[in-house]
Amino acid sequence: MNLSEFLPTGIQLSYLVAASLFILGLKRLGSPATARQGNQLAAIGMFLAVVATLLEQQVLNYQIILIGIVIGSVIGAVAASKVEMTAMPQMVGIFNGLGGGASALVAIAEFWRLLSSNAPLSTTSLVTIILGVLIGGVTLTGSFIAFAKLQGIMPGAPVLFPLQQVVNFLILAAFLGGSAYFLFAPHTLPIFYGLIAISLILGVLFVIPIGGGDMPVVISLLNSYSGLAAAAAGFVVNNNMLIIAGALVGASGLILTNIMCKAMNRSLANVLFAGFGSDSGEVSSAGGDGIQKTVHSIDPEEGAMMLGYARSVVIVPGYGMAVAQAQHAVRELADQLEGLGVEVKYAIHPVAGRMPGHMNVLLAEANVPYPQLYDMDDINPQFDQTDVALVIGANDVVNPAARHDRSSPIYGMPILEVDHAKHTIVIKRSMRAGFAGVDNELFYEDKTMMLFGSAKDVVTQLVSEVKQL
Amino acid sequence: MTTATLITCLFVFVLASFVGFEVINKVPPTLHTPLMSGANAISGIAVLGAILVSGAKDWNLTVILGFIAVILATINVVGGFLVTDRMLLMFKKKEAKA
Repeated sequence: MNLSEFLPTGIQLSYLVAASLFILGLKRLGSPATARQGNQLAAIGMFLAVVATLLEQQVLNYQIILIGIVIGSVIGAVAASKVEMTAMPQMVGIFNGLGGGASALVAIAEFWRLLSSNAPLSTTSLVTIILGVLIGGVTLTGSFIAFAKLQGIMPGAPVLFPLQQVVNFLILAAFLGGSAYFLFAPHTLPIFYGLIAISLILGVLFVIPIGGGDMPVVISLLNSYSGLAAAAAGFVVNNNMLIIAGALVGASGLILTNIMCKAMNRSLANVLFAGFGSDSGEVSSAGGDGIQKTVHSIDPEEGAMMLGYARSVVIVPGYGMAVAQAQHAVRELADQLEGLGVEVKYAIHPVAGRMPGHMNVLLAEANVPYPQLYDMDDINPQFDQTDVALVIGANDVVNPAARHDRSSPIYGMPILEVDHAKHTIVIKRSMRAGFAGVDNELFYEDKTMMLFGSAKDVVTQLVSEVKQL
Repeated sequence: MTTATLITCLFVFVLASFVGFEVINKVPPTLHTPLMSGANAISGIAVLGAILVSGAKDWNLTVILGFIAVILATINVVGGFLVTDRMLLMFKKKEAKA
């Protein structure tokens, strides 16, 4: 067997090794001790796959490819080293979009190649190309809208307009009709352009009605789509490596989507189509009307006394803490309290950040020891023995209405049961409602103390007050 | 592409999806973000497709589209793996301290 005979076999074998490395890598990413190694294994797999592909017979022009790889690597490396951890959701969002965009371009480019080589255009090829364009296009624009919402370029509130579902349905129907026509007349280029345009529009329409608070679900779902887009591109160029890797990512994104939906006790359909969360700061008056509500407000000095003389404190961080960049101050406060002999734990709700696991990363960045972080199911039974629950920039995830108020939009959502603690201190900017746009009855309870102000300022004041105890 | 190859591709896709579900289920919440950004980097595998379509000898529309796709997918791959490593390094550092 000479080299030219061995090469195709060798390439396929390399793909097999690379696919195995991806699976092993993902497996190891699932455990804290092996996660870093898992990521490296996957990276090695990727490198191997790229090298193998460069050896494919149809690759004749290395110059342009290498230029592309160098440009992409530099941009990617700079972005990865510069990004703030609070901005991780946007970063992953943008990357999802780029992956989807690349997949769509591959499908379009392959169509062009087939068209210009006068090769027969089989129905199966055309179907895979249409799918590649659709999934890739939706991922591209959908991710960019998600990015704009997360970055605050676009308002986080759901964008709703009359007959939205009808319009969406008509556009989808137009896509299906156009696709059917295209299968019979693939040389009608305007139809192909139309399909590309509709895919891009669908991505926009898909994300705009989704509220800012539901972004963890959207990011997970778009992650899944970016995998499916890569798999679709794999069908287009008939490459198993793309199909396997794409399917793996598609599956992982779907699992995370499911976990996020469960954490909010909502179905995926509800998240995607309900236009949930007004984000306008208006407080809905569901339940409790007419009852005079009063809140107890305290100052940092009193707060520090409560915390300093407690035996156990559970800190409940929300995204508000991250926005205020208060995580380092919070860790300092926890250190001070521990110095006074207080037992400090952190309670992390599954949707506490803007993407799955986001809060854990933010606290890790502030050097909070990993064993102090507790998941919702582990910490909830412990609130009964907790002296003070310190809620920082969290709202809906600690609203007891989720347990008993059937009229509340968040009814049924699993919450952190801070109201079971002996006292609760809530650090909050104002009485503004959370993402779900509902009032929080926790704030009006007798044992709840409100500490108004920006999370960072208040926590910093708490730190200096605790020092004086 | 013939129907037979399409079916083979479908087999690979469905089986790989099942593997994905089995491998990734039961990941602790702490690792959800790194898992997602790692998976995200893997979805940059589209770079292979991009290389295949942009490898033609002469400049034409296919090569130009492929070239853009190579850049986009490489950003996704390189950025994704590096940022995941950066995050996991933070977890590591803190464990050593604890």
